[in-house]
Amino acid sequence: MTVRVQHEDFDLTTELARLRIGRPETGAVVAFVGTVREMNATGVVSSMELEHYRGMTEAALEAIAAEASRRWLLIDILVVHRIGWLRGCDRIVLTAVAARHRGEALAACEFVMDHLSTRVPFLKNEVNQDRVQSLC
Amino acid sequence: MHIQLRFFASLREALGLSSDTVTVPDSATTAHDVLAVLRARGGVWAEALADASRFRVAVDQRLGTIDSPVHNGAEVAFFPPVTGG
Repeated sequence: MTVRVQHEDFDLTTELARLRIGRPETGAVVAFVGTVREMNATGVVSSMELEHYRGMTEAALEAIAAEASRRWLLIDILVVHRIGWLRGCDRIVLTAVAARHRGEALAACEFVMDHLSTRVPFLKNEVNQDRVQSLC
Repeated sequence: MHIQLRFFASLREALGLSSDTVTVPDSATTAHDVLAVLRARGGVWAEALADASRFRVAVDQRLGTIDSPVHNGAEVAFFPPVTGG
C-alpha cells in the first residue's frame, strides 16, 4: 500500500509497472486517473492551486486504502495525488488497485475514489481564469 | 485550556492567518465551544465563522464535526469543503 502527495506529475505506465512487479498472482490492475476539468467551452482554461492539510491528508488516504484492503482481497493499492498549481487537462490523482480478479479491483478502486473525494482535505485555494491554451 | 488552531484555503484568506492558539474555558468540551470563543473575537472572525455549514472541522487531524470533543492541547482545524471529483 503506497500513498503519495506530490507536486510533480506522474507517469501511468511507470506507476502500473511498479505496482505489478514481483506479484505474479496479479490478474487485474484497475487504474483511475482524475484530471482537471475545463471550466468552460470557450478555450479559456482555469488554473487552480490545490493545497492540503499535511499529516491529516496522508493519514486519511492511508485509512481509506486500509479499509479497502479489509473489504476486498487485494494485492496492492497505490494512491498518488498532486498538489500545487494545476491547469485544465492536468492529471491530478491516480488510484490503482491490483488484485487476483477484476471484481475486487474495480470495486476497491471506486471505493477509494468515493471516499477520497469527501474525506481527504485537498482544498482548492485559488482559481485564475488565465487565457492559456488547453494542455490537451 | 489551550487549543491549536489551523485554517486553510478561503478561511485562511478571510482570517489572514494559517494558525493560531486560543485559550478557551476549561468547561469547553467540543469544537463548537472553541468556535464560540473565536466568533466572540468579532470582526472577520464572527463573519467568516458565522455559518458552520460552510466549513469542515477536524480535531487532531481527524475529520469531525463541530460536536467533536476537544481537549487541552488539541489541534482544531477549519477548512472549506474538500475538492472532489
